[in-house]
Amino acid sequence: MTTAARKLGAERGPALAHGEFDVQRIRADFPILQKKIRGKPLVYLDNAATSQKPRAVIDALVRYYEESNSNVHRGVHYLSERATEEFEGARRTAQRFLNAASPHEIIFVRGTTEGINLVAHSYGRSHIGAGDEVLITGMEHHSNIVPWQMLCKEKGATLRAAPINDDGELIFEEFAKLLGPKTRLVGITHISNALGTVNPVRKIIELAHSRNVPVLVDGAQAVPHQSVDVQALDCDFYVFSGHKVFGPTGIGVLYGKSALLEAMPPYQGGGDMIRSVTFEKTVYNHLPYKFEAGTPDISGAIGLAAALDYITGIGLDKIAAYEHDVLEYATRAVSAIPGVRLIGTAREKAGVLSFLIGDVHPHDIGTILDQQGIAIRTGHHCSQPVMERFNIPATARASLALYNTKEEIDALVRGIGKVREVFA
Amino acid sequence: MSDLRDLYQDVILEHCKAPRNYREIPAADHKAEGFNPLCGDRFTVYLALDGDVIRDISFQGTGCAISKASASMMTQMLKGKTREEAEKLFGRFHDLVTGHAPASEEVELGKLAVFSGVSEFPVRVKCATLAWHTLQAALEGKQEAISTE
Ligand SMILES: Cc1ncc(COP(=O)(O)O)c(C=O)c1O
Repeated sequence: MTTAARKLGAERGPALAHGEFDVQRIRADFPILQKKIRGKPLVYLDNAATSQKPRAVIDALVRYYEESNSNVHRGVHYLSERATEEFEGARRTAQRFLNAASPHEIIFVRGTTEGINLVAHSYGRSHIGAGDEVLITGMEHHSNIVPWQMLCKEKGATLRAAPINDDGELIFEEFAKLLGPKTRLVGITHISNALGTVNPVRKIIELAHSRNVPVLVDGAQAVPHQSVDVQALDCDFYVFSGHKVFGPTGIGVLYGKSALLEAMPPYQGGGDMIRSVTFEKTVYNHLPYKFEAGTPDISGAIGLAAALDYITGIGLDKIAAYEHDVLEYATRAVSAIPGVRLIGTAREKAGVLSFLIGDVHPHDIGTILDQQGIAIRTGHHCSQPVMERFNIPATARASLALYNTKEEIDALVRGIGKVREVFA
Repeated sequence: MSDLRDLYQDVILEHCKAPRNYREIPAADHKAEGFNPLCGDRFTVYLALDGDVIRDISFQGTGCAISKASASMMTQMLKGKTREEAEKLFGRFHDLVTGHAPASEEVELGKLAVFSGVSEFPVRVKCATLAWHTLQAALEGKQEAISTE
């Protein structure tokens, strides 16, 4: 934990010692939440797209550039040593956050998208051939579809997607049927960004492993909302984006089991990923550097670590319980409005409320809510197959974070009332 | 909330609810599909020309209130106009929704003036112009669906 986070934890101590969750105190940590939008208090409900940043993260970035900025892993001088130490410290923070067995299983990438592409290129190209299959689900983000599609096209392999039911839940029996002798890899989202469905990843991984198929979990929407333990899950790869978990953009994490990563060829070539280079032959560096060619996003990694420290300091179980309460409140309030239809009604849900209002187009909903300072996302949420499954072009999506309140949900409900008024 | 009403004027809402010329023209000699990948709006514009004159024009598809009303009113405005007049009207309409001073005053906007509120909502400009871009593609005989992105 960084000193700042520890201090924060100490300050927060009394309030949280009794198991309370003081959302006003948390809100005070996020400078942007104090802003007014169009003269109204900002109601930020677009957290699945990206999250806001606490002061601790902003300060960590500034501190790094003011006090430690240098390149990593190359200099003998003081600053380089210090930057390297902070960067590698960030790796250990990410390791602890995911409960990975070793820091070298943490590869810093640009985000979820790059993490999945890395696995598709490196693991995929060396393990998937003509006639093989990659199995995903019908609720994946485009970033967990397209890299596999590209790989399959190149290799003459087939991409299969397990269907989802009307509530937006994976149909487990269908998934089990599709997991066949030709399946070489499973890619599944932990929590769906379009529907909020929480997938039974532990059960899926168990089943896949019983057939010797490795599993990549897209954790982009999971890590901001609940604690993740990659060893307990026993997943082979786990990816997430820093910016969705209160960290900076441009940084993310790919976790991979040592044995798999060791055996995989590099993703990109360049500096840092080598041990020795001659024109005849290059010897690649050991993990994790083999997969981190070029100067990494040093400040991003440090900012991400500050974000992970921040939410760990609050407690992910407390965050999960609080958000669950707000989501239930929102689900009840929004579905009680005449003409509203929820898209995504899985029993296990987190963070996301996708909805439609009569035949009002989501884009119009978004504009009217924006006029009231309420930020939601409208569109297909980079999940066009999900929209197709429900036979709709788009949804309006309110997505939560730890700093959202029931009062903000009330504002959303009033905003929806306004939409109905305009389109009466 | 006056600015919302500037955008969602009654005429626009009315056209959204009951779009005019919302049909296929089976014998269309020009036809194009327009797509806004950002919000999933998708329209097909059908044209039947008599020489240079738009004898019949219609559309079908899904979209937000702004894009649908714009498509509906476009078809109303353009029936009986020449290709050149249609192009000029689009130019004038484009200036209106982007908040630019009109390049030429000679073209009458007529009831398309209700879209003036769009200029206050820059992200909605693409909605207002989707049908028009699709019309252009149809006139140019483009085969591929055009996209606003
Ligand atoms: C479930 C899921 N996977 C992947 C991504 C892609 O994340 P990024 O754009 O940060 O790479 C997102 C972000 O929208 C997501 O919600």
